[in-house]
Amino acid sequence: MLSGILVFNQKGENLIFRAFRSDCRPRLADIFRIQVIANPQVRSPILTLGSTTFSHVKHENIYLVAVTKSNANAALVFEFLYRLIVLGRSYFGKFDEEAVKNNFVLIYELLDEILDFGYPQNTETDTLKMYITTEGVKSAIANSPTDSSRITQQATGALSWRRSDIKYRKNEAFVDVIEDVNLLMSATGTVLRADVNGQIVMRAYLTGTPECKFGLNDRLLLDSGGSSSANGGRGGGGISGNNKATRAAAGSVTLEDCQFHQCVKLGRFDADRIISFVPPDGEFELMRYRATENVNLPFKVHPIVREIGTTKVEYSVAIKANYSSKLFATNVVVRIPTPLNTAKTTERTSQGRAKYEPEQNNIVWKIPRFSGQSEYVLNAEATLTSMTHQKAWSRPPLSLSFSILMFTSSGLLVRYLKVFEKSNYSSVKWVRYMTRAGSYEIRF
Amino acid sequence: MSSGGDAKLFARVPLVFIMFLGFAPYAPPLGSRFAQTPQGKVAELRQELHSGGKKDKNYSAKKIALKKIVANMTMSNNDMVALFPDVIECMTLPSLEIKKMCFLFLVNYSRMKPEVAMKALPILVDDMEDTNPLVRALALRTISYVHVREFVEATFQPLKRLMQDNDPYVRKTAAFCVAKLYEHDKKTVENSDLIDRLNRMLKDENPTVVSSVLASLCDIWGRSESISLTIDYVSASKLVSILPDCSEYDLLNPSNFKKDINGQNRWGQTYILEALMSYVPQDTAEALLLAERVAPRLSHQNSAVVLTSCRVILYLMNYIADEKHITSLCRKLSPPLVTLLSKPPEVQYLALRNAILILQKRPEVLRNDIRVFFCNYNDPIYVKVTKLELMFMLTTKDNISIVLAELREYATEIDVHFVRKAVRAIGKLAIKIESAAKQCIDTLLELVGAKIPYIVQEATVVIRNIFRKYPNQYESIISHVIRNIDDLDEPEAKAAVIWIIGQYADRIENSDGLLQDYLATFHDETIEVQLALLTATVKLFIQRPTKGQQLVPQVLKWCTEETDDPDLRDRGYMYWRLLSTDPATAKQVVMGQKPPITAESEKLDPRTLEELCLNVGTLATVYLKPIHQVFRAARPRRLQPSPALQRPRVEDGTASMLEYNPPTANMASASTSNSGLATITTTGNPISPVNVAPPPTFPVNPNATGGGAGADAINAADSYFNGIGSQQMAAMDLGGRGDGGAGGGGAPQTQFVVTQNQQQGYQPQYAGGAATGELLLL
Repeated sequence: MLSGILVFNQKGENLIFRAFRSDCRPRLADIFRIQVIANPQVRSPILTLGSTTFSHVKHENIYLVAVTKSNANAALVFEFLYRLIVLGRSYFGKFDEEAVKNNFVLIYELLDEILDFGYPQNTETDTLKMYITTEGVKSAIANSPTDSSRITQQATGALSWRRSDIKYRKNEAFVDVIEDVNLLMSATGTVLRADVNGQIVMRAYLTGTPECKFGLNDRLLLDSGGSSSANGGRGGGGISGNNKATRAAAGSVTLEDCQFHQCVKLGRFDADRIISFVPPDGEFELMRYRATENVNLPFKVHPIVREIGTTKVEYSVAIKANYSSKLFATNVVVRIPTPLNTAKTTERTSQGRAKYEPEQNNIVWKIPRFSGQSEYVLNAEATLTSMTHQKAWSRPPLSLSFSILMFTSSGLLVRYLKVFEKSNYSSVKWVRYMTRAGSYEIRF
Repeated sequence: MSSGGDAKLFARVPLVFIMFLGFAPYAPPLGSRFAQTPQGKVAELRQELHSGGKKDKNYSAKKIALKKIVANMTMSNNDMVALFPDVIECMTLPSLEIKKMCFLFLVNYSRMKPEVAMKALPILVDDMEDTNPLVRALALRTISYVHVREFVEATFQPLKRLMQDNDPYVRKTAAFCVAKLYEHDKKTVENSDLIDRLNRMLKDENPTVVSSVLASLCDIWGRSESISLTIDYVSASKLVSILPDCSEYDLLNPSNFKKDINGQNRWGQTYILEALMSYVPQDTAEALLLAERVAPRLSHQNSAVVLTSCRVILYLMNYIADEKHITSLCRKLSPPLVTLLSKPPEVQYLALRNAILILQKRPEVLRNDIRVFFCNYNDPIYVKVTKLELMFMLTTKDNISIVLAELREYATEIDVHFVRKAVRAIGKLAIKIESAAKQCIDTLLELVGAKIPYIVQEATVVIRNIFRKYPNQYESIISHVIRNIDDLDEPEAKAAVIWIIGQYADRIENSDGLLQDYLATFHDETIEVQLALLTATVKLFIQRPTKGQQLVPQVLKWCTEETDDPDLRDRGYMYWRLLSTDPATAKQVVMGQKPPITAESEKLDPRTLEELCLNVGTLATVYLKPIHQVFRAARPRRLQPSPALQRPRVEDGTASMLEYNPPTANMASASTSNSGLATITTTGNPISPVNVAPPPTFPVNPNATGGGAGADAINAADSYFNGIGSQQMAAMDLGGRGDGGAGGGGAPQTQFVVTQNQQQGYQPQYAGGAATGELLLL
């Protein structure tokens, strides 16, 4: 596993050097500096020299580097580095050079705790914060044996995760369905790729040990019933004959892939596709999913971009909202790329404001509120400076960001959330939907 | 030191502290006159460490000093080692915070000053009996990091006790400690009962301890030559059953949940899954059951768990007999791989590399998913290039249109490397999918039309390969290629266009003129281009003797006399002898039809593929090379034999053997297909039979691949030059014979025994002979 963790700043100064095995020599820091930081040719996050591999991640203005010998589990290495960033952020707010320089001791202490012999250990922020404390907070708790054993029990998972004595006067559960819709549209207007990454976040304020069952309007068949019929699941095979259109008409959604919070009984989901769980108290992410079929694209963008000679580019960008007129999107931002040698621009919009941002080479068009079914147009013109050698403009895609409430691009709906508890109380459930732009790109 | 002085120093401390952390290693605080030199800094820190005295109840002065020392540890070139004795003095202070800093210092510097480190040993041994489990674990963890003999020896006894500690946190630390000791001292660990004890810990009730034990065992396995790790079905089954439990330790605190689905701590699951690779199924039903129980892990958030699960499932598939089950398992592998594409780019990259690997082993995976691999504009280059490779692999004649449209889009991007890859992919697709070749060629020509130099160069190379794949089909585009000849400045592109000129010398109006342009700079070209020029000139001569006769002697002379390169020289002689021996045969040999090339050049050979599939998710999958080539020290993994192991069918084996051969290494493919003579590429030289003098083999040559008709066609196409050609060659032949003084079949042998000097003497006459021939003709 990992032989060492190194942190560098952008200048290549080694800020943190922690070896976990004797094969991680100090001179490796110089090698990384020379071979990676000082070498603009390097474009891969993984570099193997001899038997040593450097895997690095850049975050803010620092490089986080894992040194491994032999054929290590690369996925584990990167997951760990990203986990380290999450930890750093939760301890210091921002995990950058300044944070590292102000917290050497704490970082070394953390590294000692979350890696043993280079194997990642418990990296849970909240457990760690119980005994690895930031400056000024005394680690008094860790000095008494009884408290310590509570920590160790937590760190090794020997304790149950839900207290049995949770009580609420009003039993409530909130479900947020949040979707990121990704689009890649070609210059001719064909959809090259459209998919949805969704997450369902739940806030559960429920008494006792409730058993929840969660229902969505989807077929939850990974692949046209293939896997479930192989498992002998209920009636999976029957649906496979239906085509996509009828499925959509029936108001159901096909989820390509789902990932669940650890409280969901994965075995049960795999066998008969029931989402069943005992929720932790408070907020948690219940599941993530991906959908690729019948994606409702909230915005249709029609850009016309003409390069006139070598000195001018004319834009006409029309954007139409495809969702119901009862809904509206907020914070719609359209980024329209301009050539690198743009000297000045003029813009006219039928709604919102447009501004040229030279450092980004973009015209940014902001529409704070965008009602359903409406259509807005931007006309712009970019004047170019002449260049000594003419290189074709690569025309990066136009991109959009937005968020729309009570709309899901996948068409996903929560059908029910049932709560079973032995005291048989009644509970109130709330559902909210939101769709945001993931990578929403239109070529022109 | 007066108390007044103390107070003043103390008051100054916070200020200095901040400055110190901010700038210390580069610019010492201005106010400090000590800090100008390393010694000064050390002295100042030592003074600070000893300040405070009795008034400092919470040791805050010492803590601050220690913090500064730790801060300087990495950044100031080991000057801090001078403080070692002072730091050890602090180790006994009753503060966990101070202890941790001292231990860190100890781990860092013990190897440089083992004799000073010794003073810390009793403290550590003491701490391993502390009532506080955190302290026991900390001491054990620290002592086992110290690579000093006395420390290692002192660890053995306490370790045995701590492996049975009543606290799981201490036990899991002890489990890793065994692997650490094994790193320090293999022999002593093997001679002790530690590994047995570690094995017994697998029965621990705490899943985290069990996963730590497994990680430790696997680590030991990886570094040992003798220890083998086997897991029986009952244990494997038990391990799978605790997989879900391993996650529970991040369920402790309800407030954890907010962020933790993104990257929670399920390292233990990965350790267990890795250990499952040591289980060898004895029965196909066992393998299937286990694979299905591991499958839910594919829905995990942590990519290490997902990819390691893929590895286990792919491994178990080798022991599953029923194709139906394999198909169903394969279907489960696709979605998780695609889902990893929403992770950070480094993880995406890994997922993509592994997808390339898995696709070769199980082509049914990912079959319907080509669009998800389309590049985003902002993807890092390594992700884009890997996506491109996957797109190439997944392209079929049904989706070729959308792929081509996409590739054309990439060809307009800024990154030159990526653009070239995209152009190359288009060319390779033309070769891979015959029915779409025309479409690919049109796309290429369209791109060439934009006249961007690197696109033109790349396109030239792939068009050459298209000609090699589909002879006599797309020659109409030659003119498009030739048109851009002046834009080519890279050796590979030049060699490609020269090959085209040579191969189609009879169809290109001014082929001799084009070649002559290149020959003018012959000596400045790279070997690659020179070789191409040699071959092309000979081809020109064979097809259009009148045009080539002036060039050939010149080029042959350069290649045989004025070069150091052995390949160029050998080939020069080879052509020369060929041409002077038997012109008709020379024509058959040089212009004879060659088997078309294939596109599947980057396939792994079955053995490497098998090995890499047992290592899904590891670094080796990034390189996709045999593991021992990249990681010499890695312990090899092979499929272990068992009654349930499904051997790949024989015909599969041979088939992939054939596919493996890249076009440039056609010699190898020739030997497998047992038609060695048929594979004359520009680099392969199977003309050696001349040496053994079995002339009858020559006519077999084109027929061996059933290309007889094709050769005839070529002959027919060349008929215009044929008459002149044979006379021309006859003339040349005469010249040769005249020189050698031998007649008929004896000629080849004579020529082969001539020494270098004789050859040189004979060179001018050779040229003269050709000149005579020209005169005769006129």
